[in-house]
Amino acid sequence: MEQQPESTRNEASLLQLFGVFAKIGAFTIGGGYAMISLIQNEIVNRKWLTEDEFAELITLAQTAPGLIAVNMSIFTGFRLRGVKGSVIATIGSILPPFLIILAIAMLFSNFQDNPVVLRIFKGIRPVVVALILVPMINMVRKSDDRWWKWLLTAIALCSVSFLNVNPVFVIMAVIVVFLVVSLINDKKFKKTGL
Amino acid sequence: MIFLELFYTFFIIGAFTIGGGYAMLPLIQDQVVNTHAWISAQEFTDIIAISQMTPGPIGINSATYIGYTVLSNSGASQFLCVLGSFTATAAVVLPSFLIVLGMCFALKKFSESTIYKGIMDGLKPTVAGLIGAAAVMLINTENFPDWKSWLLFGTAFLVHYFTKINVILIIIAAGIIGYFIY
Repeated sequence: MEQQPESTRNEASLLQLFGVFAKIGAFTIGGGYAMISLIQNEIVNRKWLTEDEFAELITLAQTAPGLIAVNMSIFTGFRLRGVKGSVIATIGSILPPFLIILAIAMLFSNFQDNPVVLRIFKGIRPVVVALILVPMINMVRKSDDRWWKWLLTAIALCSVSFLNVNPVFVIMAVIVVFLVVSLINDKKFKKTGL
Repeated sequence: MIFLELFYTFFIIGAFTIGGGYAMLPLIQDQVVNTHAWISAQEFTDIIAISQMTPGPIGINSATYIGYTVLSNSGASQFLCVLGSFTATAAVVLPSFLIVLGMCFALKKFSESTIYKGIMDGLKPTVAGLIGAAAVMLINTENFPDWKSWLLFGTAFLVHYFTKINVILIIIAAGIIGYFIY
């Protein structure tokens, strides 16, 4: 990975896009959330996207239907190289897990009871939690510049993890509230602006 | 015929999942175990365990594995089993792929609008909270059975927060350490 002195965005080739997402797909353990750190590591450090754009894409990936990890590849691929990019990135992130699962289904019976596998994953599982927490903290530190944003983060976290509220409802509620607020602001702006 | 049913079932599952792979699991169970009786409840539990342990999104892993198992339970050849896993995987991705691609085009038009920016202003901190919730919910006795796992967690947190060491290296190191200390 070469670091360029200027802070301009680097161009991503389709082959690079495929390689990066295949790498991400092969090392995502414990679901899409664990992928966030990996994608950030690969995409932001390569200067394909800024951290702000990255935060926006995570938000979109979480809001859209489907798997977060797959949505993340579609949005990133599209942002970087259009429709082709989104197809390539998606195939890249799906192919390694697909092949790994096929190999396990064909070759290993009782994979989940294998003692070596169990020991390796006993080490990885707590680490995955740390890998999910760090990008979350970074996101909050960088984008929550107002007190109500901190409050919103805290409310979302507590309502889902302690009160068992469905995350879909949280997202829907926020969309509705902020749609109304920005429509009102927009109207005010137009009235005074014209 | 079974391929069409498999495709249709996973297409519907993919279309109605909001909130990622974990939200998908009860839907899959209902369709694959209860409605179609393609696999047993015990097999389903095993498949989920394997999907969580292996790399890749849970939704992809379980679709791939279930596609394979459904065909192999019906006594099909290995080639058809692979085709089954391909069918289920493609079907689960396709609906959200089309929806998200549509969103991409729509966003190109609206991404500068004040309303989109207003909604994003609210959604960004919310999603950060949801990511935090996902991490909090993973803190259970299964993932954290003893003090060693807390030590691993703390070390990984500090390393990832304060250094630029590649995440993949952190995961590999955790696996190697796990092998030796457990």
